[in-house]
Amino acid sequence: MSALLSIDNVTRAFGGLRAVDGASFDVAPGEVLGLIGPNGAGKTTLINVITGVHPATSGKVVFDGRDITRMKSHQIAKMGLSRTFQIVQPFPKMTVLENVAAGALFGGQAANIADASAAAMEQLRFTGLAQVAHNPALSLTLAQRKRLEFAKGLAMKPRILMLDEVNAGLNSTEVEEALTMIRKVAESGVSIILIEHLLKVVLSVSNRIVVLHHGKLIAEGAPQAVLRDPAVVEAYLGAKYAARYGGVA
Amino acid sequence: MKNWLILVAGTAVLALLPLSGDNYLLRLATIAAMYVVLAQSWNFIGGLAGYPSFATAGFFGLGAYTSAILMSMGVPLLISWAAAGLSAVLLSAFIGGAILHLRGHYFAIASLVTVEVLREVVNTTPDLTGGGMGLNLPIMRMSVAEHAMFFYYSMLALACACMACAIVVHKSKLGFGLRCIQQNEDAANILGINTYFYKTAGFAFSAVFAGIAGAIYASWVHYIEPPDVFDILLSVKPLVMVLLGGLGTIFGPVIGAFMLLALEEVVWRNFLTLHAAALGVVIVALVLFMPNGLLSVTREKFGFRAKKGSPEVKP
Repeated sequence: MSALLSIDNVTRAFGGLRAVDGASFDVAPGEVLGLIGPNGAGKTTLINVITGVHPATSGKVVFDGRDITRMKSHQIAKMGLSRTFQIVQPFPKMTVLENVAAGALFGGQAANIADASAAAMEQLRFTGLAQVAHNPALSLTLAQRKRLEFAKGLAMKPRILMLDEVNAGLNSTEVEEALTMIRKVAESGVSIILIEHLLKVVLSVSNRIVVLHHGKLIAEGAPQAVLRDPAVVEAYLGAKYAARYGGVA
Repeated sequence: MKNWLILVAGTAVLALLPLSGDNYLLRLATIAAMYVVLAQSWNFIGGLAGYPSFATAGFFGLGAYTSAILMSMGVPLLISWAAAGLSAVLLSAFIGGAILHLRGHYFAIASLVTVEVLREVVNTTPDLTGGGMGLNLPIMRMSVAEHAMFFYYSMLALACACMACAIVVHKSKLGFGLRCIQQNEDAANILGINTYFYKTAGFAFSAVFAGIAGAIYASWVHYIEPPDVFDILLSVKPLVMVLLGGLGTIFGPVIGAFMLLALEEVVWRNFLTLHAAALGVVIVALVLFMPNGLLSVTREKFGFRAKKGSPEVKP
């Protein structure tokens, strides 16, 4: 099988709640996979399962032929699976450069702190943060923090990069810039799993889309086809529709 | 480089102190060196990793008892001191494995309990440790002046070793990783830092020097008992010193150690009946008005900041 990452019948339960319920899909090398679904569908939980934050209750996660289901987060990170957080998680009192250098040093291939700083500077230039490299991370705006997360993830030299709502809360110019970056990263051969609420964004960069609803995978396929899937309209767009007009009537 | 120069210069000046011939001063300086060791030890786990450990007294007491027992069995001085350091490291690895997954207050309480448990273990094993009766150490055959000088230089050497270790660790991958853990442990883990290993290493560094300090102290005073070497103040003072001097800095613990010792002496002399309360008030005031320690105040005032535009990371 040519899949780089394969999720096989994965379930993650919190008490009685199955946040992810028997989901299965593959990620091919160099692919941009859109992961969508209504709020609370289990998208972030699924990322947490893959990265070992909340190991799967049952099922298997296989990366590059190795079963990583029960591995620790830091081991998974070192193998080349990096992620950004929906709620940004910088090291607030460190400089922007140090934040990214940490990614290069601990998750990437940098041999020492000097190498890591050099690698980090490269990512800061790519993400347009070079100007603020020596400012503390807490001084950044939200858009800059999102880019910092992105730069940190890239500094780890990942083979799969999981982007958890990197565009949420950004204005349209900032979203455009982020999209350009995502495309460039994908062109360099890194697989991307993109969690996103902005459908326009998902449609414009994804090769393929999977849809989660109540933890279950309800559709998978080419972007346009998936959006026309009746189950998706019912679950995803239908839920929104009902919330908007149901209250008035 | 600058740090090494300060360390060498400071040590050279302090090494000349016995020339003064003042035994009170020498005794005070020995205690100061011991405080520096304890504060810097605490800084590894409390300052760098952000884990508020109260286990310092446990390491100190364990080191004191390990060396005392070995020496009463005829083991040479230096070997028993080294064994004390080793025993503290083993203890830190053992309890670290059990309590370092706890965070914040929970870790603080668990580490505090370590001290109490060790104290009780000593109390209930009189055959080995003398229990509540305490333990006498062999008297060393040297004059009073030689004795004072020997222990001053021993403690000073340990303080130097501890400082050198701190300088190396602060610049190393370990120090960087610990600072990441202190800032955001979940993010550190996701970034590929083996947080469990890093924290345990930090804890071991905080144990080894405290353990040896306990051993030197025991040889110095010739007699130890549980309430003396497992004194909870030995856990609290290092923390206060680091807060006074500057959390997570290299020389903050040194400044804090000297400040606390000076405060103790001044307050002790002037408020004999109220000294504990007076010291408490002073500490509360200092922590309230200088929450990041004295070093941060001077930094803000005089603008000692990381140089802008330099591409290297300042650890």
